[in-house]
Amino acid sequence: MSKILRKRELAPKICEMVVEAPRIAHKAQAGQFVVVMAEETGERVPLTIADFDRGQGTITLVVMVVGASSLKLSRLKAGDELYALIGPLGIASDIEAFDTVVMVAGGVGTAPIYPIARAFHDRGCRVVTIQGARSKELLFWCDQIASVSDEHILTTDDGTAGRKGLVTEPLHELLQQDTQKRIGCVYAIGPAIMMKFCSRTTKPFGVKTVVSLNSIMVDGTGMCGGCRVEVGGQTRFTCVDGPEFDGHLVDWDLLLSRQKVYVTHEGCALERATQEISVAR
Amino acid sequence: MTEPKKVGSTRVPMGEQPAEQRIHNFDEVPLGYTPQQAQVEAQRCLQCKKPKCVTGCPVRVDIPGFVGLVAQGKFVEAAQKIKQTNCLPAVCGRVCPQESQCEALCLLGKKGDPIGVGRLERFVADFEREHGEIKLPPKAASTGRRVAVVGAGPAGLTLAGDLIRLGHEVSIYEAFHRPGGVLVYGIPEFRLPKAIVAAEVAYLEGLGVAIDVNQVIGKSITIDELFGQEGFDAVFVGVGAGLPQVMGIPGENLGGVYLANEYLTRVNLMRAYAFPRYDTPVVRGNSVCVVGGGNVAMDAARTARRLGAEKVYILYRRSREEMPARAEEIHHAEQEGIIFRLLCAPTEYLGDDKGMIRQVRCQEMELGEPDDSGRRRPVPKQGCTFTLDVDMAIIAIGAGANPLLTRSTGNLTLNRRGYIVADANGRTSRPGVWAGGDIVTGSATVILAMGAGRTSATDIHQWLCTGHSARNGAASADWNTQAAAQ
Ligand SMILES: Cc1cc2nc3c(=O)[nH]c(=O)nc-3n(C[C@H](O)[C@H](O)[C@H](O)COP(=O)(O)OP(=O)(O)OC[C@H]3O[C@@H](n4cnc5c(N)ncnc54)[C@H](O)[C@@H]3O)c2cc1C
Ligand SMILES: Cc1cc2nc3c(=O)[nH]c(=O)nc-3n(C[C@H](O)[C@H](O)[C@H](O)COP(=O)(O)OP(=O)(O)OC[C@H]3O[C@@H](n4cnc5c(N)ncnc54)[C@H](O)[C@@H]3O)c2cc1C
Ligand code: SF4
Ligand code: SF4
Ligand code: FES
Repeated sequence: MSKILRKRELAPKICEMVVEAPRIAHKAQAGQFVVVMAEETGERVPLTIADFDRGQGTITLVVMVVGASSLKLSRLKAGDELYALIGPLGIASDIEAFDTVVMVAGGVGTAPIYPIARAFHDRGCRVVTIQGARSKELLFWCDQIASVSDEHILTTDDGTAGRKGLVTEPLHELLQQDTQKRIGCVYAIGPAIMMKFCSRTTKPFGVKTVVSLNSIMVDGTGMCGGCRVEVGGQTRFTCVDGPEFDGHLVDWDLLLSRQKVYVTHEGCALERATQEISVAR
Repeated sequence: MTEPKKVGSTRVPMGEQPAEQRIHNFDEVPLGYTPQQAQVEAQRCLQCKKPKCVTGCPVRVDIPGFVGLVAQGKFVEAAQKIKQTNCLPAVCGRVCPQESQCEALCLLGKKGDPIGVGRLERFVADFEREHGEIKLPPKAASTGRRVAVVGAGPAGLTLAGDLIRLGHEVSIYEAFHRPGGVLVYGIPEFRLPKAIVAAEVAYLEGLGVAIDVNQVIGKSITIDELFGQEGFDAVFVGVGAGLPQVMGIPGENLGGVYLANEYLTRVNLMRAYAFPRYDTPVVRGNSVCVVGGGNVAMDAARTARRLGAEKVYILYRRSREEMPARAEEIHHAEQEGIIFRLLCAPTEYLGDDKGMIRQVRCQEMELGEPDDSGRRRPVPKQGCTFTLDVDMAIIAIGAGANPLLTRSTGNLTLNRRGYIVADANGRTSRPGVWAGGDIVTGSATVILAMGAGRTSATDIHQWLCTGHSARNGAASADWNTQAAAQ
């Protein structure tokens, strides 16, 4: 159970894993996630189901190394087993028949955007994807994204690929040019700060904006309350009420501050994990 | 061995780790009786003809029976006697609120200390386990019937143990990566060592119960699928009351404000106390306030103390008499220097510019007229407020019904508060589905959850034996006809 069948590097510090998980693959829908433990002493880490193959009974996870737990996950090899894999969790994306949807992917947000873009594409919507990263080498799955997009805009902060600049610039232009109001919905997934600014960009246009929040989680089943966020002044649990919410209503500052609760712990854990790895070598 | 003393009016004291030592570790607080202490304590029992103590026990443990065996030094027999009605004595001996159950009604309590029923129960169960005396009981011949159990808490584990012995095939599905329910994620190691729960689980596995962890029923598999593709004949739902309650006051979502479930799960199940050997972190407050007055609040407060907090306040809106926690926990908490601020309630948490909690503002209360629960209602005392400097808060004001499973299951009647409606036998509105434990009663006790598991097991057995099955949505009579033909 939960064996890693294939693994490859997509970019520096970003890897893709194809995991054997027939039950989850059978159920998975765009927008849902799993909780993963690399080992018995590990943390419970939420990761989006970036792809699934019901026939093969596999799901695909994309992990970006940001701290100790993601580092440990990224060190697993094909043939290794995950200690725990739980899912599919969260509410699936609502794939409405919009005329046009704009999908904005920031960094590792490309992974969760892909299955949702594909679902809209399959539904017959016109899909415009803006895929951004800091630099060319950090872009991944471009062909895959292109295959489910009617229009595919690349941006990099340093201009090494696509347009130079942030994803919010083409987003703003698209909305400005949309005089016929064909864009029914904007999806923005990536770092919290990027989702915040995308929501700010779309707000004046009054276009529905969906974001997928990455709050810190433990159980992923609505039991602990650790993932709570405020949306429209109400406390919601990301794992069971989300992870998708209306970006115009999210209290971004709260999300950002709650994500930083463990910064000192994280530094300590990362140092230890790095040491362990160098000793193991 | 010294000559046993005459029937005394005082209980044989049980050793415990001194408070100043135990606040630096997570080892169990009470050390348990020695065989000799147990015998002396047991010999105090009057062996009443009409034992009142038994009527105080929700599962009617034969208390004089097992205590009499302890008095004779027959410890393993005593454990087996208890297990006729209570399959988790090592757990119940530690966590039952004995002072309001069995021990409350003990005749000796009228003049002196009641018999230490819990201590003796714990002693014999530990003795049996530590001496490798646990034997697998005989199992009835296979019936070919299959029962799925959702949730590996005390209700589900008890039911599984009963049904497997009656010859049914039993599979437990548990959402977490470790079975045990609140016993592993909620109740701390210093009160209930996890090795005890693990031994109970291993015992069930030894009997042949399959435990499938990491399966969130309602998400990974639905109840319909348990009957359909998974081919079960009956399902028992024992998912507990896993939904934390909040007060809805300002600042509740600040960093460093935990709901007790998260705090305890991080520390107990994920072992954040051993961070960074275990990867899960937890905030270590220096000045901590815990809101609530039940077992959960005591556990959270004592945990925070062990994780280095200098000051730990319990903020409880009623008075000492109304505190629902076990007497022993309140006593232990006091010994450990927990500061009780009674008759007050938080009204706001105040944070710093980084969004971390720094203060809690409180309202003093006084007791007014009795409410629905018969307890006097706390009412705010005009103009009496105060502020405490805290760097962490833990909210332990109760639990509700987690809707994850019930929302995904059709034909299941819920009450107004979202709990599953079940009859005295645990039958729900949906044929073939039973429910018991906290998901039916709301947060209660381990022993009541176990009792519910046992009642449902008996009823499920009857139901299956009369040829019923909810497999593929229809009752099948094949097994019935076979049985009748025999
Ligand atoms: C629904 C959901 C889907 C996600 N999908 C993906 C994905 O597909 N790929 C991916 O690489 N990451 C994803 N994440 C984020 C991922 O869970 C975190 O990056 C990971 O837990 C960080 O753990 P760490 O120990 O390596 O880092 P840490 O050192 O613990 O933290 C580094 C940073 O990550 C954030 N973080 C820490 N713990 C968590 C946590 N449990 N949940 C969320 N954020 C956390 C913190 O804000 C912190 O600043 C997702 C998060 C959620 C909630
Ligand atoms: C901190 C704390 C301290 C307590 N102290 C005491 C005490 O001292 N004495 C006492 O008698 N009682 C105490 N209690 C109460 C007691 O623990 C509960 O009443 C009892 O555990 C209820 O048992 P249960 O089997 O109904 O549910 P639980 O113990 O809650 O177990 C339910 C199980 O189901 C699992 N589950 C939930 N949803 C799903 C799903 N969808 N699919 C699969 N699995 C699922 C959960 O992960 C869990 O393992 C305490 C409770 C807490 C929280
Ligand atoms: S199960 Fe609980 S209430 Fe019953 S005798 Fe044992 S300790 Fe007392
Ligand atoms: S009531 Fe007390 S003295 Fe009487 S049988 Fe029960 S435990 Fe013994
Ligand atoms: S992660 Fe525990 S409630 Fe959402």
